[in-house]
Formats: sequence, C-alpha cells, structure tokens
Amino acid sequence: MSDNLLHVKDVETYYGNIRALGGVEVEVKRGEIVCMIGANGAGKSTLMMTICGSPQARTGSVTFEGQDITRMPTHEIARLRIAQSPEGRRIFPRMTVYENLQMGASLDNLKYFNEDVEKIFTLFPRLKERQSQRGGTLSGGEQQMLSIGRALMARPKLLLLDEPSLGLAPLIVKGIFAAIKKLNEEEGLTVFLVEQNAFAALKLSHRGYVMVNGKVTMSGSGRELLANPEVRAAYLEGGHH
Amino acid sequence: MEYFVQQLVNGLTLGSIYGLIAIGYTMVYGIIGMVNFAHGDIFMLGGFAALIVYLVLVGLFGGIPIALALFIMILVAMVMTGLWNWVIEKMAYRPLRGSFRLAPLITAIGMSIALSNFIQVTQGPRNKPIPSMVSSVYDVFGISISLKQIIIVVVTAVLLTIFWYIVNHTPLGRAQRATEQDRKMAALLGVDVDKTISITFIMGAALAAVAGTMYLMYYGVIVFTDGFTPGVKAFTAAVLGGIGSLPGAVLGGLMIGLIESLWSAYFTIDYKDVATFSILAIVLIFKPSGILGRPEVEKV
Ligand SMILES: Nc1ncnc2c1ncn2[C@@H]1O[C@H](COP(=O)(O)OP(=O)(O)OP(=O)(O)O)[C@@H](O)[C@H]1O
Ligand SMILES: [Mg+2]
Repeated sequence: MSDNLLHVKDVETYYGNIRALGGVEVEVKRGEIVCMIGANGAGKSTLMMTICGSPQARTGSVTFEGQDITRMPTHEIARLRIAQSPEGRRIFPRMTVYENLQMGASLDNLKYFNEDVEKIFTLFPRLKERQSQRGGTLSGGEQQMLSIGRALMARPKLLLLDEPSLGLAPLIVKGIFAAIKKLNEEEGLTVFLVEQNAFAALKLSHRGYVMVNGKVTMSGSGRELLANPEVRAAYLEGGHH
Repeated sequence: MEYFVQQLVNGLTLGSIYGLIAIGYTMVYGIIGMVNFAHGDIFMLGGFAALIVYLVLVGLFGGIPIALALFIMILVAMVMTGLWNWVIEKMAYRPLRGSFRLAPLITAIGMSIALSNFIQVTQGPRNKPIPSMVSSVYDVFGISISLKQIIIVVVTAVLLTIFWYIVNHTPLGRAQRATEQDRKMAALLGVDVDKTISITFIMGAALAAVAGTMYLMYYGVIVFTDGFTPGVKAFTAAVLGGIGSLPGAVLGGLMIGLIESLWSAYFTIDYKDVATFSILAIVLIFKPSGILGRPEVEKV
C-alpha cells in the first residue's frame, strides 16, 4: 500500500449534471508506467484533469503520496510535482518555446534550469532549433514535443500524459515512447498515460486499465491486456502487428 | 514650427499620463477580459492620496525637498490605490468571475460611483488646489519646457521600462502572460491564478496612482470627478492601441495626448474630444482590434 504513489478511489466527476466519471478506481505505484485505454468520450481526459483538481471529483478521493488531494487547488497539486501534458497540448501560443519550458520549471527547481533545458533539447532536438519561435506557430508534432518537454521541466514525481502520440509521425512516436521508457528505467519516473494507440501503449506499460463510459472495466498487466480477446477486438483490431 | 514643437511637448506630457492609466485598463482586460470601469477613479484616488500626503508632509516638516516629497507621494498613492484595487478585485469582481460577461462590468461601474462619491463626501465637492510644487521652466531653442513636463515624461519612461521588464523577463510576468493565454494550463503548471490576477490589479492601480500624482502636479488641482474624463480618454487610448497590448496602451496614450494638443492648438478647443473619438472610430473601421492589437481570430 505504501508504494502507492497515486490512488484514485471511487471517483465521480460531473460537468454540470452530466456524469463523466462514474466511480473510477486506479492505482499507480512508484516507478510504474500505467496506461489507460478507452474509446472516444470514455472519460480518460476527464480522469487526468480530475487528478489535477480541474474539475474536482464530486465524490470519492484522489490520494497522492498518502495525502488527500481531492479538494486541493490545481496549482497546489502541481507544486506536489504532478505534471501533465494535457489533451490539446495547451501550449502558450504567444510565448516562445523557451518561455513555455520556463513555465514548466517549478520555482524551487530554478537552479537545475539550464541542465533540465539541455536535457529536453537532447530529447527533442527540434525544440532547440525552434527555441525562440512562438509556441502558437509550431507544427502539431512540435507542440506535442513541447508539451511533454514542458511537463518534464517540473522534474515530476508523477507524469500524466494525455495521448502523447496524437498527431505524431510513427517514427517520432517511437522516439517519444523510447524516451519515456528510458526516463522510467534510468530515473524511476512514474508515468500514467492515456492512449488511443493501445498497442504501443500496452507494450510500453507495466499495467493498463480499460475505461468504458466513465468506468474502469478491465485491468491487468500490459501483456495480459494485449492478449485479452475483448481488448483485441475493441482496441487492437487492424492494429500494428 | 516652434509652436508645433511646443504642442508636441505638451501632447507628449499629456499622453504619458494617459498611457500610464491605459496600461491598467489593458492589463486587466488582457488577463480576465473585463473592462474595469472603476480604473479612472483609481487614478483620481491616487491624485487625492498624493495631495493629502503632500499636505501632511508640508505640515510636518515645512519645506521638504521636492524630489523627496514627490517620491513619498507616489509611493503612498501607489500603496493606497493598490490596496483599494486589491480589495475590490477580491470582494467585488472575483466572486463574479465565470458569471455572465456584463456582471463584473456593471459591478465596476458601481465601484466607480462608490469611490467617487466616497471622495466627494470625505474630501468635499470642490476643486482641491495644491501649491505649485515645481515651477521652473526652461527655454530650449525657443520652446518652453517646464520641469513638470520633464518629470512626467521621465517618470513615465522609467516606470514603463521597469514594467516592461517585469512583464517580459520575470517569473511573475510569465505567470501573468500564461494566465492571460490559458488560465487552466497556467494552474496545471503551478501558477496561482487568483494571486496573479490580484497582482495584476495592484500593478495597474499603482501605475494609475503615479498618473494621478503627475496629473495633480501638472494641473495643480484635483476634484472628485477627475476620474471620469481622463479615465475615458485612457480607455480610448487602450482601445486605440489595441486592448490587451501593453505597447498599444502606451502608443494609444501618446497618440491621444498628441491629437488633443495639436487639435486644440490649430482648431477650436471645443471640438478636441470630437477629434479624438473620430480618430478612434476611423482606426477601428480599418483595424477593429486597434493599432497593435491582435485580431480576435488568432486567440487560442
Ligand atoms: N467541459 C465539458 N463540459 C461538458 N461535458 C464534457 C466536458 N468535457 C468533457 N465532457 C464530456 O465528458 C465525457 C468524457 O470526455 P473526455 O474528454 O474525458 O473523454 P476521453 O476519453 O478523453 O475522449 P477522447 O479519447 O476523445 O479524448 C464526454 O462525453 C464529453 O462529452
Ligand atoms: Mg481525451
């Protein structure tokens, strides 16, 4: 229990009267890569945002490092070093690439800033070339890299990635997934990601969950889910193998 | 020619004051999309605070070096107006954030009335004069430039430089711009959005206080209704320059100052406001988002 970094328990989240999450239970342990797969509109992005308190869960609880963060304001959650690359990337369009990365760095990490930026630039050399370009003028893929890079600048304890492969060329996706794996193996970075690209995500992850209509319907190791006939039928048909 | 340059100098002085006020309008609009109608009254409050400080200083110490007096006046006026704006943002505007767009606007009009009436009741309805603080006038190639004008332009330039630096090169300024561009994302990155908005209100008020102090020194008199006309002019300046744009606010302020001075110099003074607003209308026809404003469609 104590190696649980994140525990989402019986969470229900509403948009007005519409219930988007109906009692979700998810655990992420320190050092794990965990993925959530599910169809469009299942509630995956809502879960990611609920973890960050925007919107807050109406019932249930979100616990991070044993601390209840369900009612904590979003910016304070961020300061616990939960970093998210959210759906839609949300790059600041009128800030440069470099400034976007500065926004990612938390204030108590400023002494590592140069070192961390160099790391991001090594990971995504494209960003280095474009560092003084305005975020809004980057290509979709470049914005995706920047969004992930910005999240990494926080030196997160938990990295939340909402569809990191969206809109990226297969080669880049491979690169990003390899980078995530490397950060996980070498630095013990804990990652919780949402993916449409179920095959690649499940292969990368230690464990996975399947979400349908705001509820978790299945969970298991990446390998188990990959082998599961229902999962194959729903999310992997016509897949990559 | 000398007459023309003289008017340019006068216009630049007036424009500096408008520009300082306009920044408050433009920043608040940028960050929460609200026109703070009470901002002109903040400017007036700053003028009164400066006046009271001056009278207290003179009462306590008799003669006091004018630079020191001005410095203290500006400082106290900044603190007072900053405090006021901080309180009304927190109590009157913040609870309305996220409600329909007109709600904070109407509240701001209410705040404007409340503040000007408060000053009317406590300070009286009459013009309050201040003894001439700075009276030197220099003759430069036939153009008379007063020390007041120099002070106003220099103080404005220094403040704008500091301000520009804060907004563009400090974590606070980045947090402000991030909040302006995507509030939710800013929060996801640890920015305390409420605090950032508060600080923006305080900064706008502080600049308006400086403008109020300069106005008091320049014209030598202030009255409780003085928030209105300069407020409207500064708002016009913000719209002309492109609301939401900081350089736009300064440019707009200078343009309006210059238009007013030049028009009054060459045509009938009665129509100077007509001229100002006509130019605003013409600019907005060709560039609806103002001179340096960005078109709404680009907004993400
Ligand atoms: N701001 C909102 N207001 C109202 N309903 C919303 C809002 N955001 C999401 N929803 C609804 O909540 C449900 C879950 O949406 P969510 O974005 O979490 O799905 P998702 O699993 O991330 O889908 P996708 O794979 O398409 O990104 C959907 O039915 C959606 O229409
Ligand atoms: Mg989604």
